[in-house]
Amino acid sequence: MNASASARLDGPPEDYLTAGSTVKSWLLTSDHKRIGVLYLISVTAFFIVGGILAGLMRLELMTPKGDLFASADTYNRMFTMHGVVMIFFFLVPAIPAALGNFLLPLMIGARDLAFPKINLLSWYIYIIGAAMGLYLLAQGGVDTGWTFYTPFSSMYSNTRVVTAALAVFITGFSSILTGLNFLVTVHTMRAPGMTWFRMPLFVWSNYATALVMVLGTPVLAISVVLVGLERFFGFGIFDPKLGGDPILFQHLFWFYSHPAVYIMVLPGFAVISEIIPCFARRPIFGYSFIAFSSVAIAVFGFLVWGHHMFVSGQSMYAGAVFSILSFLVAIPSAIKVFNWTATLYKGSIRFDTPMLYALGFIGLFLVGGLTGLMVASLALDVHVHDTYFIVAHFHYIMVGGTVTAYMGGLHFWWPKISGRMYPELWGKLSALLVFVGFNLTFFPQFILGYLGMPRRYFEYRPEYQVLNVMSTAGATILAVGMLMPMVYFLLSLRGPKNAGPNPWGATGLEWQIESPPTTHNFHAPVVVTCDPYLYSPEEAEREYVHAQHDHAS
Amino acid sequence: MSMPSTITPPDSGRQDLLHHFDDLEQQHLSSSLGMWFFLASEVMFFSGLIASYMLYRFWSPEAFHLASAHMDKWVGLANTGVLLTSSLTMALAVRCTQVGDRKGIVRNLLLTALFAVAFLGVKAYEYRVEINHNLFPGPNFIVPGSPRDPHASPGHAEAGASDHGEGGHGGGASDYERLRQASMVDGQVDEQEFSRNQGHFQLMFVFYFFITGIHAFHMIIGVVLILLFAVLAQMRWFSGYGQTQIEMLGLYWHFVDLVWVFVYPLLYLVE
Repeated sequence: MNASASARLDGPPEDYLTAGSTVKSWLLTSDHKRIGVLYLISVTAFFIVGGILAGLMRLELMTPKGDLFASADTYNRMFTMHGVVMIFFFLVPAIPAALGNFLLPLMIGARDLAFPKINLLSWYIYIIGAAMGLYLLAQGGVDTGWTFYTPFSSMYSNTRVVTAALAVFITGFSSILTGLNFLVTVHTMRAPGMTWFRMPLFVWSNYATALVMVLGTPVLAISVVLVGLERFFGFGIFDPKLGGDPILFQHLFWFYSHPAVYIMVLPGFAVISEIIPCFARRPIFGYSFIAFSSVAIAVFGFLVWGHHMFVSGQSMYAGAVFSILSFLVAIPSAIKVFNWTATLYKGSIRFDTPMLYALGFIGLFLVGGLTGLMVASLALDVHVHDTYFIVAHFHYIMVGGTVTAYMGGLHFWWPKISGRMYPELWGKLSALLVFVGFNLTFFPQFILGYLGMPRRYFEYRPEYQVLNVMSTAGATILAVGMLMPMVYFLLSLRGPKNAGPNPWGATGLEWQIESPPTTHNFHAPVVVTCDPYLYSPEEAEREYVHAQHDHAS
Repeated sequence: MSMPSTITPPDSGRQDLLHHFDDLEQQHLSSSLGMWFFLASEVMFFSGLIASYMLYRFWSPEAFHLASAHMDKWVGLANTGVLLTSSLTMALAVRCTQVGDRKGIVRNLLLTALFAVAFLGVKAYEYRVEINHNLFPGPNFIVPGSPRDPHASPGHAEAGASDHGEGGHGGGASDYERLRQASMVDGQVDEQEFSRNQGHFQLMFVFYFFITGIHAFHMIIGVVLILLFAVLAQMRWFSGYGQTQIEMLGLYWHFVDLVWVFVYPLLYLVE
């Protein structure tokens, strides 16, 4: 304890990337920046795994007959593993654990998170859970759908449901620990002068995310443990013959898994709230509204789980209440979208790669959010329930929202994380491909679903083929758009550290130190004296005119 | 960067300051807040279970009433006393860290562990009795008094099986007969309802074993930590007197006791 504390203080501040280059120095690090990078590498690996599974599914769906896979059962395992991997091993940890870990202490002027060792522990727990996930995949996966609905999962499925439950259970602890760390850090580690209302909105959103992680995840843990016990002992908690109720599982499961949607998308909001003001060169519009809407979403998120269960036979009155509450969630979400748009108004907008991703996010999230209102309406949901309409809706939120924001955030902070710039032209191209590919993949699915194509089937009626082929073609473009950054980010690592401390001219404490930051983060104690996002569009205009003038002369 | 903590002598009772904190107060506050958030997470962990238990109990009061009559509330009460005493000694251990009484810390931690082990021993005894009566849920579960029950006198079971309704109201009626009674519709036994009632009877034991089992699991972790901390305190491994660490352990321990204070009435006392 003493030794490690003084060891870090002994040395002069060094570039965090090169201070100790042994594998051990990475695996035993307690530096939040290095742990962020560890998470970045691991979630990227799982993003690729989940992406390959999605690609195989789209290939299968090119034709109405099942021809790529031997059986429908294989297809069932594919979509289940795609869901499990993408949600629990990629989307939930992606932004908070990779970008959040790296940025949160920097943004509030702290030297580290409150519990650096617990932070490292959370990564190891994640890796154990993830290793179980890979083992599961190697053993053939599960076929229950990522929702593990009983009684199929508890009584009938012949696959390794218990392994899957255990993997999810373990990974859950990792996100509880990350959430705990964020909450405490925001409460106790802010630099002098960094009041709650001077915090960047990234911090506010991640704070709200952390709240949901800490309070929601244990309920998921208990419900998957109950499924495991049920399979081992046949207790009958979910077996109607023995007086149990399979619907109880759905209640417990969605009590976590709906808030988990906000665990995934709130960090997306966090990133967008940083990018938009920087590239519009304007202070964010309605700071406190955006801050509180994050908290409001986190709170409302716990009260809407029943909207997944409109057709499960729950009471009509419960359905109506859940429907109304789900509509209420749209209010804070819309507040954010309006405020981002208002920030753009009269701004001096620059279309760099992060901004292209952020603008794409606003459009895609809008479509996802509005279709969310459609499926939150009782009558309409009965029509589109369990169809591709739902699939398209949540992919617009999860991929169009979260993944787009994640990519935008990666491009925005890559110079800070690595110290290097990426090729801007390739970046813009990737943003364009992701936007086009995404819409081509998922917009046809709205139509398919509305026409009545059910989800989770590997065969379909021939008249749906055109739209399915469009979707598969879009998925190909999307995959190219996603793979490109991976290539040029890695290639940029071979180049010199050319980014400089603040390539975007952004405000925020993380941009006032060198890129990449040193092991000490800040060289002198930080004192904050002003509000965040003090950008000036007029100044940006003047600079632009100057640049034009110089160029002409 | 100044580091006031390293210049203080090791046994002055001051704790070391980790590099990323500004002062001891901030460090202590962070640990304590972290523990409270962790406990909030734990509350959610137990609340899902307790909510499910209460729902089922509400749906099937008769079966749960009969099943909970098998819990020995006096043994439970004694055990509650033991556990609350362990909370007292834990609080004393925390007090000892604040006044710098190293012997007191170790003594009180060991006492806490002793009470905790006593609690777990009694709990194990209760489990054994229940398992011996085939009350552990699963394939071996037998509703007392049912034709499969080896403990029931054969004549009794037959009497129960032969008289429908009226005869079985006596105090000596077995759980099986009473569940049968509760499943009467228009003087006829509704077999489906009867099966559901037997299921609910078993479900009470599912919840009983699961909730108390998870509680016991938390206690076992607690005992291991308490013993570890006692050894570390004896070895002077903690900086200062381990004020922060032992206070956090204390918070955890009081939480585990508090869970029992909710679980005991819910499982043992509700009529």
